[in-house]
Amino acid sequence: MEQSIKVAELPKKQKKSKDILFHLLTKYGTVLAILVIVLLFSVLSGEFFTYKNWTDILRAISITTLVAIGVTLSLIVNGFDLSVGSTVSLATISSTIAMVWFRQETVVAICIPLVIGLLVGLINSFLIVKIRLPDMLATLGMMYMINGLHLTITKGYSVYNNMPLQDGTLAPGKILPSFLFIGQGELFSVPFPVIIMFFFVITVHLCLNYTKFGRLLYVTGGNEEAARLSGVPVKRYKAYAYALSGLFASIAGIVLASRIGTGQVSAGASLLMDSVAAALIGYSVFGANKPNVLGTFVGSVLIGILLNGLTMLNVPYYAQDIVKGAILVGALTLMYKSRKVT
Amino acid sequence: MTLRMKRIVKSFHENAVLKEVDFTVEKGEIHALLGVNGAGKSTLVKILSGQMKADSGEIWIGERQVSLSSPHKAIAAGIGIVVQEVDTALFPELTVAENVTIHEWMKGSAFVNWKKRKERAKQLLQQVGLEIAVDRLVSDCSLSEKQQIVIAQALSRNVQFLILDEPTAPLSETETTTLFQVMRRLKESGVGIIFISHRLPEIRAICDQITVLREGKTVLQSAVSLQTDDQIVQAMLGKQLATLKEKEPRIRETPLLQANQFYVPKLAKNISFTLHEGEVLGIAGLVGAGKTEIARALVGQDPSSNPVTIKGKQWMIKHPRKAMEAGLCLIPEERRKEGILIDFPIDQNLSLPHIHKMTKIGWLDRQKERRLAKEVVEKLGIRASSPMQTARLLSGGNQQKVSIGKWLDTGASVFLFDEPTKGIDIGAKVDVFSIISSLAEENKGILYFSNELNELLTVSDRILVLYDGQFIAERRINETTLEELMSLATGGIQGGTKHQGSRTS
Repeated sequence: MEQSIKVAELPKKQKKSKDILFHLLTKYGTVLAILVIVLLFSVLSGEFFTYKNWTDILRAISITTLVAIGVTLSLIVNGFDLSVGSTVSLATISSTIAMVWFRQETVVAICIPLVIGLLVGLINSFLIVKIRLPDMLATLGMMYMINGLHLTITKGYSVYNNMPLQDGTLAPGKILPSFLFIGQGELFSVPFPVIIMFFFVITVHLCLNYTKFGRLLYVTGGNEEAARLSGVPVKRYKAYAYALSGLFASIAGIVLASRIGTGQVSAGASLLMDSVAAALIGYSVFGANKPNVLGTFVGSVLIGILLNGLTMLNVPYYAQDIVKGAILVGALTLMYKSRKVT
Repeated sequence: MTLRMKRIVKSFHENAVLKEVDFTVEKGEIHALLGVNGAGKSTLVKILSGQMKADSGEIWIGERQVSLSSPHKAIAAGIGIVVQEVDTALFPELTVAENVTIHEWMKGSAFVNWKKRKERAKQLLQQVGLEIAVDRLVSDCSLSEKQQIVIAQALSRNVQFLILDEPTAPLSETETTTLFQVMRRLKESGVGIIFISHRLPEIRAICDQITVLREGKTVLQSAVSLQTDDQIVQAMLGKQLATLKEKEPRIRETPLLQANQFYVPKLAKNISFTLHEGEVLGIAGLVGAGKTEIARALVGQDPSSNPVTIKGKQWMIKHPRKAMEAGLCLIPEERRKEGILIDFPIDQNLSLPHIHKMTKIGWLDRQKERRLAKEVVEKLGIRASSPMQTARLLSGGNQQKVSIGKWLDTGASVFLFDEPTKGIDIGAKVDVFSIISSLAEENKGILYFSNELNELLTVSDRILVLYDGQFIAERRINETTLEELMSLATGGIQGGTKHQGSRTS
């Protein structure tokens, strides 16, 4: 009798330990992947695990992360913002133009793109909330318009110090050193963009998890109808999310302009996909199963480390997209698998 | 031939849902399968229709043991199911003929013989007694027609045993009668029918045999005629249900909510009524009478162009937020879609309508939120492992309590309940009723929209009967009977005495 009970219990226990393993994997899989990759690169390349390289990695991901924070916010309200990449380009161009063409001070060169970013976000909000266009389509349209706009303004040329203008004269201004500090400077041997990134990651994380504002953003995305019936002004919160998304894209644009030191056209185009990938990978971090800023940061770190390591190992840049895609698929698999279980 | 399920066991993780259930259905009988929510009915039915696999146990059809490891195998064995949500079994953009014959068509040749196909569809529909143009799109059919189309589909696959999962819940009285005719016809042709329903009168009207499940065990197997209603209910509950005693209606005079020629946009009709303080006003109406439409208009979900008067003050309610300001709240019928946030923890659900009270300059006071959640959970008897549990994991009745509980501390004075007992078990129903009467004792006004007329008789003080978007009668509960309400609600008695609201207009 006793024996038969033991036999019956055994497979149950095994199943349980398998479940726990799976649970751990879904919860910490992404972090584990980062550790494994770090270990691997450290063994393969002596240069990898150094302070300088780490600051390089963080500096490299700081701009993507800033854009990805905005994407995360739009994902939280169950929307999507495709226009962030082109907003980055527009912000880059507008801040450099302000200095180079119109000899404006750093403060103005920062404020103008911020206003533009906010404006783009508000137009997105208007199209999605008031006119009720589907989010993807509205922001896709905006993406094209902003892209065209910033190319039209610059006639397709990049903006740099004392560049020749349309009428044959040279541009009067140049990009100021105080502006360049944003992207190139260091505080206590930490790159300034990295400080900006950490500041916003922590601030937004606190806002999302410990304030009414954050709660209502999540609630709006969780179930719009139920939230509305409970008196949540869902339209307003959706509008906030898109406005902030535009704002963060423009902050990223300013950092980018300062980092390169010129206003490159279409500079933000590649940032859209990277930031979306980071935000989606973020779903699976710590088993959150929802968009969250810390996860987004971890996602961006994962992508950054991979690209850095692969570059060190002389893997050509065009092959790196394969790795990015694979990581994204892996993270999403973990997320959907764990959703099925619960 | 007999369908026998023997010692069926099924558990999910640690949770044993079926503990050695025995279930037997003969061909040519209508067999009621009964049990409160969570008794294991759906699981048993899913196993029988091949959607789920039992952990152990045997299934026999006649002298043959069968394995029903996939829906396909169940169909091959002659077991068909009409699911509760018939829309999921149909293709809305295809015609009736295409839908009815879809399974034969998939087996047939690559080319379609339309004429043959339509004839075959007509023939199958005749078997269920449905006369309908086979060229119509299924999306244009009524719910009861769709059910019959699904039954015809099953017939095309030579069904021996047919499961009907709560088919009458969304049907009107006449539609139910039609369905019963179809069931009798099928029974005569030798099909064994498994009929799942919560409604005892229906079971008495149509079923031969009854099996009652309770907590994953078979507790009663008998001919229906040998059991009294009390015995069946007792088998379902496992304890004697305290009979709700006849109560005297509270007669209240202070008007709380007055609607005078209030326009309901979705119905394109005007309604008038008065709700008094401390009164439970039942709105009796069958499915399609317009209950949800009225409730939605009152709380500004479908904003009306007319104001309502609350405590003597006029309010134009254009938005649910405005309704909250006016002290109006709705516990919606679709609780999983509209009542609660299914992926959020209980405490966050409960705090949502008054989240502004949980904040200090924008920062959430989580402690306060949890304390409040704990109070509500204890007060309403919400069964959960902790107040931080996700609402998805709760049973229907407990989800409903969350949907109600979030309004308790908001200071709302008028509560609108839209079909609050839909899909919850008897225990939870009793709890919901006691919440409602304690709200009434606190001088709140309650509008109770329901098609469960006997429940309306237990819970309300006064009942307005809604038929086709209009109040056609008003009754105090001690002046009326279930039969009278039913015939009013089905449009059987036209007019009756006009109710107070229409008199004043």
